[in-house]
Amino acid sequence: MSGFGGFGGFVLRRGIGTILTLFAISVIVYVVFYVTPGDVAQITCGPRCSPAQVHQVAQQLRLDEPLYVRYWHFVEGLVAGQDYSTGTSVEHCPAPCLGLSYQSDQQVTRLILTKLPVSLSLVLGAMVVWLILGVGTGVLSAWRRGRLTERVLTAVTLAGTATPVFVIGLILMIVVCGELELLPFPQYVNLTDDPEQWAWNLLLPWLSLALIEAASFARLTRSSMLETLAEDHIRTFRAYGVGERSIIGRHALRGAFAPVIALNANNFGSAVGGAVLTETLFGLPGIGQELVHAVNVVDLPVVVGMVLVIGFFVVLANAVADVLYAVADRRVVLA
Amino acid sequence: MSEAVTKAAAEAVIAAQAPGTDPASVPGASGARQFWRRLRAQRAALVAAVVVALLVLVALAAPLLTALEGQDPTTYHPSLIDSARGGVPVGPLGGIGGDHWLGVEPQTGRDLFARLVHGARVSLGVALAATIIQIAIGVTLGIAAALGSRWVDQLLSRITDIFVALPLMIMSLALLAIVPAGFPRPVLVTLVIGLLSWGNIAKVVRAQTLTLKGLDHVSAARLSGWGTWRIARRELLPGLAAPVITYAALLVPQNITVEAALSFLGVGVKPPTPSWGQMLTAADVWYQAAPQYLLLPAGALFVTVLALTVLGDGVRTALDPRAASRLRVGTGRRREHRADTAGEKETSS
Repeated sequence: MSGFGGFGGFVLRRGIGTILTLFAISVIVYVVFYVTPGDVAQITCGPRCSPAQVHQVAQQLRLDEPLYVRYWHFVEGLVAGQDYSTGTSVEHCPAPCLGLSYQSDQQVTRLILTKLPVSLSLVLGAMVVWLILGVGTGVLSAWRRGRLTERVLTAVTLAGTATPVFVIGLILMIVVCGELELLPFPQYVNLTDDPEQWAWNLLLPWLSLALIEAASFARLTRSSMLETLAEDHIRTFRAYGVGERSIIGRHALRGAFAPVIALNANNFGSAVGGAVLTETLFGLPGIGQELVHAVNVVDLPVVVGMVLVIGFFVVLANAVADVLYAVADRRVVLA
Repeated sequence: MSEAVTKAAAEAVIAAQAPGTDPASVPGASGARQFWRRLRAQRAALVAAVVVALLVLVALAAPLLTALEGQDPTTYHPSLIDSARGGVPVGPLGGIGGDHWLGVEPQTGRDLFARLVHGARVSLGVALAATIIQIAIGVTLGIAAALGSRWVDQLLSRITDIFVALPLMIMSLALLAIVPAGFPRPVLVTLVIGLLSWGNIAKVVRAQTLTLKGLDHVSAARLSGWGTWRIARRELLPGLAAPVITYAALLVPQNITVEAALSFLGVGVKPPTPSWGQMLTAADVWYQAAPQYLLLPAGALFVTVLALTVLGDGVRTALDPRAASRLRVGTGRRREHRADTAGEKETSS
């Protein structure tokens, strides 16, 4: 394999690029959010604060120091942890420390960790659903190509791409929970507390998030399978009398495997955006809902911390997608 | 969210315009007629185009339509609200009647028809303006990266990568929160969407420009001493038209969805300015008393995004009929075989 060195180099370059991207994002996010036109100290203190109190809050929040000093403190906290004096006592915030919430003085890292299981339950569960639904639909329409089934599936898939997450979610919630009363309105239950209740309560959020994503997988699966089906070796299999079911299920599906995995990593970013909507709609106490809350009360450390954490996952997923593309198709220019 | 679809489409565009593609399929001024003929040949795209045209008409004529009805989108009608029953509209079907064609909003009594058509204005206006910003930035940076020195290309490509990596929803959500309340929200939403998500189009334009740069007529122009600006304008822009138009057609529905989502979350377009997403925020509580309060904005969003998506697919097929069925990179070798596979419906992939 002469190309392997090139491939290893590609992965290495991509890895370095990822780290640089993360660094750049952290600077951009930090600078953009802390050069806010709004008066953070005033907002944090509340509308009835006197100017002297506002000034005190500004000092507590280090808002009087130059921006690069604050960014440096921020990076220091991320790498080494930080001590915060909260008036009477000193609180240690271990690395990776993302600072303290302006609103509740809670450590942002800890806050994110408590919210993360909810968001991961939502996104990972939905991922399973959209992979099954999407690939299944794609296989079915490739198998039934040119027939009524394919036309119907194509129409449904198109409708799926055109419906915003929150519209599907709203309608599902009203029909399933409100009218038919098949399920109670979702209320998050910890997986460790009661796995069965956990799944039942997440069923609608999973579906809402997954239906839209499934549509793009259905399109991709169908088109890759049709491409494979048009290849010479498939014609040879057919000539040897291999059954259609085996050709579809074993050979054509194999061709769709790599692009589907790559798209899955690639779609992570949009799924995270969809998760914010789903969590808000269903009242799931995840990162998305917390972010919307933090945004509304201008709790900047929480906003910055969450944007960075989400950005970290998305950038990582994109890098994985790139590598998977390269693995799937070595003809992609390694640059 | 349709981000993923757009991403796949971007790849299709790159693949479609990859070296080896017949340069004749890139439409210049003379290709316009061929483009219309191919677009008209697709029934679904034609229907979608009519729907989109109607929507644009409604959006443009919104003040006229509401004047015709005798209402406006912001006036409260407390007399039409039954406060004893928690604020549901008075009368059957959520207050539908000659004065209020689609009924009134629960709790406030604002006219639903007026809010809906003015919402179309916001939705389409924000989406189109944001698309123009995205295209302007993407095309400029894409061409600059492709024509600039190695160093410029590296720098611009890295910046582009960062913007591709930023999760759009999350960043817009966060950015919209820190801007003071006085700033006009629709403009703000437009700017945030436009300035954040031009990364993919810049990539598409860069790749296409690199391809065009190698073509004979561009080399000839360079050899005859034309300046970079003149080459970009006269020789490159016509060749970029196809991928850019294709991409723009796919960006519009995506932008509509993002605006609706942001307004739904309460950080986008804020009351009293109506927006479809924002109307849905409060609607779920009222679905029994005034189902149209939920169904109208939801239906409007669905029809608009669907029509624009189908039209976008049609535009893509019309600009390069073979591109439509390719949704991934690196299938160039297999492409020849595709043409003769059992009459694939290109519009559907």
